[in-house]
Amino acid sequence: MHALVVTTGRDLRLDLFRGIALWLIFLDHIPSNLVAWGTIRNYGFSDATEIFVFVSGYTAAFVYGREMRERGFLIAGAHILRRAWQIYVAHVFLFAIYLAEISYVATSFENPLYAEEMNILDFLKQPEVTIVEALLLKFKPANMDILPLYIVLLLLFPPTLWLLQFRSSLALGASVLLYVLTWTFNWNLPSYPSGHWYFNPFAWQLLFVFGAWCALGGAQRLAAVLQSRVTLAIAVAYLLFAFVITLTWYLPYMSQYVPHWLEELIYPIDKVNLDVLRFAHFLALAVVTVRFLPREWPGLKSRWAWPPIVCGQHSLEIFCLGVFLSFAAHFAMVEVSGAIWMQFLLSALGIVVMIAAAGLLSWYKRAEGRSPGSRPKKTPDADLAGGEA
Amino acid sequence: MKAPIAAILAAFAAGLGLTGAAWAAEPCDIPAYLLFGNYELKHVAEAVQKEKKLTIAVVGTGSSILAGPDGPRSAYPARLEAVLKQKLPSVAVKVVSLVRTRMTTEDLARGMEKMLVDEKPDLVIWQTGTLDAIRRIDPDEFRAALEEGVETLHKGGADVILMNMQYSPRTDIMVPLGPYADNMRVVAQQHEIPLFDRLAIMRHWSDTGAFDLYAAGKDNVLAQRVHDCIGRGIASMIIDAAHLRPVESKPGQ
Repeated sequence: MHALVVTTGRDLRLDLFRGIALWLIFLDHIPSNLVAWGTIRNYGFSDATEIFVFVSGYTAAFVYGREMRERGFLIAGAHILRRAWQIYVAHVFLFAIYLAEISYVATSFENPLYAEEMNILDFLKQPEVTIVEALLLKFKPANMDILPLYIVLLLLFPPTLWLLQFRSSLALGASVLLYVLTWTFNWNLPSYPSGHWYFNPFAWQLLFVFGAWCALGGAQRLAAVLQSRVTLAIAVAYLLFAFVITLTWYLPYMSQYVPHWLEELIYPIDKVNLDVLRFAHFLALAVVTVRFLPREWPGLKSRWAWPPIVCGQHSLEIFCLGVFLSFAAHFAMVEVSGAIWMQFLLSALGIVVMIAAAGLLSWYKRAEGRSPGSRPKKTPDADLAGGEA
Repeated sequence: MKAPIAAILAAFAAGLGLTGAAWAAEPCDIPAYLLFGNYELKHVAEAVQKEKKLTIAVVGTGSSILAGPDGPRSAYPARLEAVLKQKLPSVAVKVVSLVRTRMTTEDLARGMEKMLVDEKPDLVIWQTGTLDAIRRIDPDEFRAALEEGVETLHKGGADVILMNMQYSPRTDIMVPLGPYADNMRVVAQQHEIPLFDRLAIMRHWSDTGAFDLYAAGKDNVLAQRVHDCIGRGIASMIIDAAHLRPVESKPGQ
């Protein structure tokens, strides 16, 4: 079975962790899911989103960077923009499913305890406004914020990638500058009915560009730093610190041990603008991972690693499926039962469906590639931001 | 992460029906780690000890009231008053409910100064956040409004308890409550005030099977039982945070 894993000298750890991130995002997206207690967001500042954005930046640079070198800026740029369009179509498709689900749940729901919460459905009263705002990516239901972020990241990617190829330090510097300016001047894109984007693209681009920079030689440049014991010690210490702080969120009596000046310093930890504490937490996790999980680790080719890797290799499809499955799981919990066993069952079932779908896609692509009369050379569009190489 | 793991195990066991009976016997059970912090209610302690009175104002939105003819009697502010009167028989307890529907935190914060003059409360229970989340108010603006309100109340000489959103499993896929709940926790920590974490507490009741919060229907019974439990929970929190000595209710009393 594991022969299906694509092995073209590419770092399977990326697929592995993107696959795991997809599962964690699915688990986090099922509302009220007790299984989500096991996901990393409860044990530190960063969560699966960081892993996902970083890995996607890395793979996008890997795939489109090679294409840009071989076939030029125009072709690679056109492919990146086509990818952005495909993600937009996927987003609108998911929005349609979302509308169908909540319209159904809303009409069958009546409970005096939740009179105030029913105001949530106000937006259904003005479909002409809501749907247009959704198409403009301004109205985004809960859990549908990541794809719009990707669309903006990909739209900005052709010039970024071009600069990364020739002046990688300058490109990374520009990304940091945009991040700093975003924090200084509160730049963000507007949302409907009010507020701003939940994942601010001007801030989150830092992680995407950093991933791309690592793919294009940055990782080798950092090798000495990554191998140092001092770096490892700092990373482990920071992970412990984040763990303890996170603990105080769930156990109020523990917050008395957090000094006031520290609270003033670190709070609020801003997910919208990719707080520097979150970014640092992701870096610390990456340092520890790279240290203890070498690229040549044989386990990556074992059958146990196949399920997350194959999911990670079809990230657009599996991400969308995960969002759909989280809606479906919510629907099942509302209509059938929200009991604990149901939460475990739906979580497990969803991951099995994701693996099965990824296996099917993998088989499908191989069959397509081999059949006579098919395109001789595949364009590298197979993934959310160019995952399959 | 001991407590959440314990909660998972307990909830899992409850889900399997192993401890279901025990939970059903104590529907109002709230784990201590969700209820008791380390912030004191100094004005409450003073008012109770020196003046033998306790005036509480509940400032909130739609989820602090119940509809129907017996709604006012069974909503949590009235339940809180009843429980406190029972547990502190020598204290003149008064709970006024100042609920205005469809109000954001900013709207409520603006009314705090006048409310202090009108009601002169020793303690303000401020329930908010739901409409802000529904309208997707910028979390930064939400926090600023919350801080402004809390500071006004502190300056006016009242203690504060913040209360966050209800746990609503049917609608929770539609509104991201996370950023709003996080900001309320941060404001509570920074201003050293107790947070009645209604979201986590109701979630706990749902996970342990104490209440079926997925249920639909016009029936008021579930809503009244939940509000009764919320009233009891806040009463325990107040008694603990102000170091009051309650009269234990015994069977037959």
